[in-house]
Amino acid sequence: MDRYMEKAAVRSQTRIADGIFSLWLETPKIASLAAAGQFVNVYCNEQSRLLPRPISICETDADGGLIRLVYRVAGKGTAEFSKLGTGDTIDVLGPLGNGFIAASGIPEEGARLMLIGGGIGIPPMLGLAASLFSMRAESSTGSGIKSPRPDIVLGYRDEVFLDDDMAVFGDVYIATEDGSKGTKGTVLDAIKENAIRPDIIYACGPSPMLRAIKEYAVKHGIKAWLSLEERMACGVGACLGCVVRTERTDEHSNVRNRRVCADGPVFEATEVII
Amino acid sequence: MKLDVELAGVRLKNPVMTASGTFGSGMEYAGMIDLNRLGAVVTKGVSSVPWAGNPVPRVAETASGMLNAIGLQNPGIDVFCGRDIPFLRQYDTKIIVNVCGHTEDEYLEVVERLADEPVDMLEINISCPNVKEGGIAFGTDPMAVERITAAIKKKARQPVIMKLSPNVTDITQIAKAAEAGGADVLSLINTLTGMKIDIERRRFVLANRTGGLSGPAIHPVAVRMVYQVTHAVKIPVIGMGGIVTAEDAIEFLLAGAAAVSVGTATFRHPDAAIRVADGIEEYMERHGIESVSQIRLEEE
Ligand SMILES: Cc1cc2nc3c(=O)[nH]c(=O)nc-3n(C[C@H](O)[C@H](O)[C@H](O)COP(=O)(O)OP(=O)(O)OC[C@H]3O[C@@H](n4cnc5c(N)ncnc54)[C@H](O)[C@@H]3O)c2cc1C
Ligand SMILES: Cc1cc2nc3c(=O)[nH]c(=O)nc-3n(C[C@H](O)[C@H](O)[C@H](O)COP(=O)(O)O)c2cc1C
Ligand code: FES
Repeated sequence: MDRYMEKAAVRSQTRIADGIFSLWLETPKIASLAAAGQFVNVYCNEQSRLLPRPISICETDADGGLIRLVYRVAGKGTAEFSKLGTGDTIDVLGPLGNGFIAASGIPEEGARLMLIGGGIGIPPMLGLAASLFSMRAESSTGSGIKSPRPDIVLGYRDEVFLDDDMAVFGDVYIATEDGSKGTKGTVLDAIKENAIRPDIIYACGPSPMLRAIKEYAVKHGIKAWLSLEERMACGVGACLGCVVRTERTDEHSNVRNRRVCADGPVFEATEVII
Repeated sequence: MKLDVELAGVRLKNPVMTASGTFGSGMEYAGMIDLNRLGAVVTKGVSSVPWAGNPVPRVAETASGMLNAIGLQNPGIDVFCGRDIPFLRQYDTKIIVNVCGHTEDEYLEVVERLADEPVDMLEINISCPNVKEGGIAFGTDPMAVERITAAIKKKARQPVIMKLSPNVTDITQIAKAAEAGGADVLSLINTLTGMKIDIERRRFVLANRTGGLSGPAIHPVAVRMVYQVTHAVKIPVIGMGGIVTAEDAIEFLLAGAAAVSVGTATFRHPDAAIRVADGIEEYMERHGIESVSQIRLEEE
């Protein structure tokens, strides 16, 4: 698997919501390889912080050699990133992980797709929405997918972000915990309220949301592909720090564990114990 | 000028190897760095049967270091022999297999299973702090260390490296016990037992509560222990603990180590071990030193 450590220059950084930043980085090698749902390890310039911050690739501009990261300031590392300005550099390793389509395969013809993002799990869903959009555009030439415009369900605590970017690629439904926009409640409340009936679910978000989606998918016999989070040290599959319990013995580990960084982060819902 | 070193009759092209558990069996890093440039690959600990390891979270960042409580997850010796050894054999580097177990018999089973395998050395982890029944009990009691070393030496076809825990009152006692048991080489240090608490959630950060501290934070402790041990035993010592740069490694060589391992730094810089080897070469040139074994402290 090809992955690269690049000294990335910051092209631009903007604050898109309270504590949420959008960062475009010049990483030509990573940009040329990246797929939706893959992530990068971002390393702090402050050397006392050794471990990587895994951040999903939100969008890719392969021609421009750029990737976009959208992240929430959660602690010291992301606080450091939020101070980066145009021209500053930062070490980035990637692309890492499998990505949604590599995990699920090309959706079958006519399948109704639903993309669900919760909070800071929304950024990778934008990348997926964009790549499904271009795959659908290619369907006239035979190489793409034939499926209706996807439904995109986004869950927020209060302030919304990336919803306008998403609307280009699908029909967007919003849930907010405080009811300030869309359905008051969770993404599942929004799904029920809007009577959305998918054949395949792709989702990323906090663990309680993913657990609820798994339960919903199992109950309705829907295939669901979930992007998981775990604490990481290497990000490439070497340290076994980031495992998720699995229903069956994994071929690589020979135990009921798979590595979120290397075998995921995207897993079929019934395969993992979350 | 020569960068190669000899450990118990095994010639390494340079004195820098990977540290067990931080490099898998090299597969994950092979696409990023040239494994042929490494003195040796030391594999993740392997046991007689598969081990599932500890619950997550298994890793946590600390100031200039990290805690891990992987719990020695590994696929067991059968899968290891069928997959990992043939993989490593494709490269021009030495293979050192790190061995773990809960009981003396489990260690011996792995050692015997490796007898006819094309590996260059065995490193016996009697010091893993993350496994309750096993490692640590052996690693902290000099009598137990001497006994298990002797038992392993009786069965082993390859030279035996005993890997020591720093979580003891006097590491020289353990080192002498391993030497008395017939160890060919010693390696140190394994991780220092630590703990991190999330003050907002008021919970332990690691599911295992405690974990092993590694990285630059432990470097001065490791250099001190390597110095003590090299002055207490006659067998060669592999020094490790917090090496990021060649300078960090050269401190170990000056403290008396014959070779070094790079662990946690690989997570930050996948080519760390290679950079360290290059830096040692550059240092030897600059100081007009002909061989690694001549990197020695000035006598007071
Ligand atoms: C595959 C993957 C993709 C991710 N994508 C995004 C994204 O697109 N946008 C975004 O905002 N966040 C994302 N995260 C979460 C992000 O990695 C953490 O918020 C970030 O590492 C926090 O770092 P910090 O230094 O600010 O926090 P601190 O709490 O100071 O970090 C301390 C240590 O814990 C680790 N850590 C803390 N929180 C998490 C977490 N939730 N997951 C994994 N490691 C953590 C850090 O990497 C660091 O090693 C992703 C996580 C994973 C595993
Ligand atoms: C994630 C991780 C896993 C480890 N696994 C093992 C192991 O399986 N066997 C072992 O003997 N040491 C293991 N170690 C200890 C290292 O080999 C090394 O002794 C220690 O980390 C100090 O070196 P460093 O600071 O360069 O990492 C592990 C260390 C880390 C960080
Ligand atoms: S972070 Fe090392 S195996 Fe996933």
